[in-house]
Amino acid sequence: MVTAADVVRAVPDPELRAVTIGDLGIVRAVDTDGSRVSVTITPTYSGCPAMDAIRADIASALREAGFSDISVNTVLSPAWSTDWITDAGRSKLAEAGIAPPGRTVSLTLTMRCPRCGSADTEELSRFGSTACKSLWRCRSCSEPFDAVKTL
Amino acid sequence: MTTFEKALGLGDDALIAAQRLAEWCSRAPDMEEDIALANIALDQLGAARLLLTYAGELEGRGRGEDELAFLRDDREFRNVQLVELANGDFAVTMAKLLLLSVYQRLLYESLASSSDERLAGIAGKARKESAYHVDHASLWVVRLGDGTEESRRRMRTALDAVWPYSHELFEWYPELRAPWLSVIDEVLTEAGLARPADGWAPTGGRSGVHTEALSRLLADMQVLHRAHPGVTW
Repeated sequence: MVTAADVVRAVPDPELRAVTIGDLGIVRAVDTDGSRVSVTITPTYSGCPAMDAIRADIASALREAGFSDISVNTVLSPAWSTDWITDAGRSKLAEAGIAPPGRTVSLTLTMRCPRCGSADTEELSRFGSTACKSLWRCRSCSEPFDAVKTL
Repeated sequence: MTTFEKALGLGDDALIAAQRLAEWCSRAPDMEEDIALANIALDQLGAARLLLTYAGELEGRGRGEDELAFLRDDREFRNVQLVELANGDFAVTMAKLLLLSVYQRLLYESLASSSDERLAGIAGKARKESAYHVDHASLWVVRLGDGTEESRRRMRTALDAVWPYSHELFEWYPELRAPWLSVIDEVLTEAGLARPADGWAPTGGRSGVHTEALSRLLADMQVLHRAHPGVTW
């Protein structure tokens, strides 16, 4: 049986389509009581413009799965960190050509190229096409790529 | 206990900084910088929305983030004057960003352990983003200060021009000035720049006294909402 939590975790991220919001670790809780579902999510960045889209996507996925009374709440604490991204999420990011973030406990100074795996890469800009990404280039295969910033 | 005035002041600092940084959109020296400044503006806007929403609740008169951002006049804004100053050249923008972001990083760090859980949550989120802003501004100040004769001259002129406005940052949090100075000194030393002397210290932002620059900024920022109240995309 598919639970409300399964439905919520399977919602794709609107900006990083390769991963679900479950993979990203932004789903904090899914509580069900009969047909009522209460979802708690947390933003990756406080200004993340995708939050409204994510809330709407959660509600429509739940409605499609037969739930009618849906509320989506946002909490800030504990603050999201890239450590919340699951191992499955990291693999999916890499497959989509986006370098997954390093672990916050270790100081990651370089990103591996998601295309050829080389560690001979350079950061072009600490800020990328979305708040959570930076822009890199691989010196081995010349591929430019996005990386999820360690936060 | 967090007061309405304090939440409003910190929210206004972030909001006005966001608006100024966003003015660089499509005008920055290169595309990476364009994206960087827009990203930093977005982080500031995110913090501003959370702080202003909270301020509105503390006030308890039903004003939400939009009313506070778009329907107040200049005298009702509580931001420090540093964030409202015109962008000037790129060196001025980086000087302002360095002074502001180092302060915000220390401020959010300390507020993250506040007994006010709501404020602690907002600060705990924003402090990690501030670290990237500090990094970005520091890299540029060092690059310009330690660059060509012209870039060095511009960076020094910019620092001299905005330095007086840094004092106002510490009116509410005087204990942050010593750690702030030590971070700033480190960056300036690496950039080969001397710290400007303390002297004139303009004040008034926290009580609603602003420079003319704020009025011009508000005209730009508020015109759409005032012309079409409640309009959505």
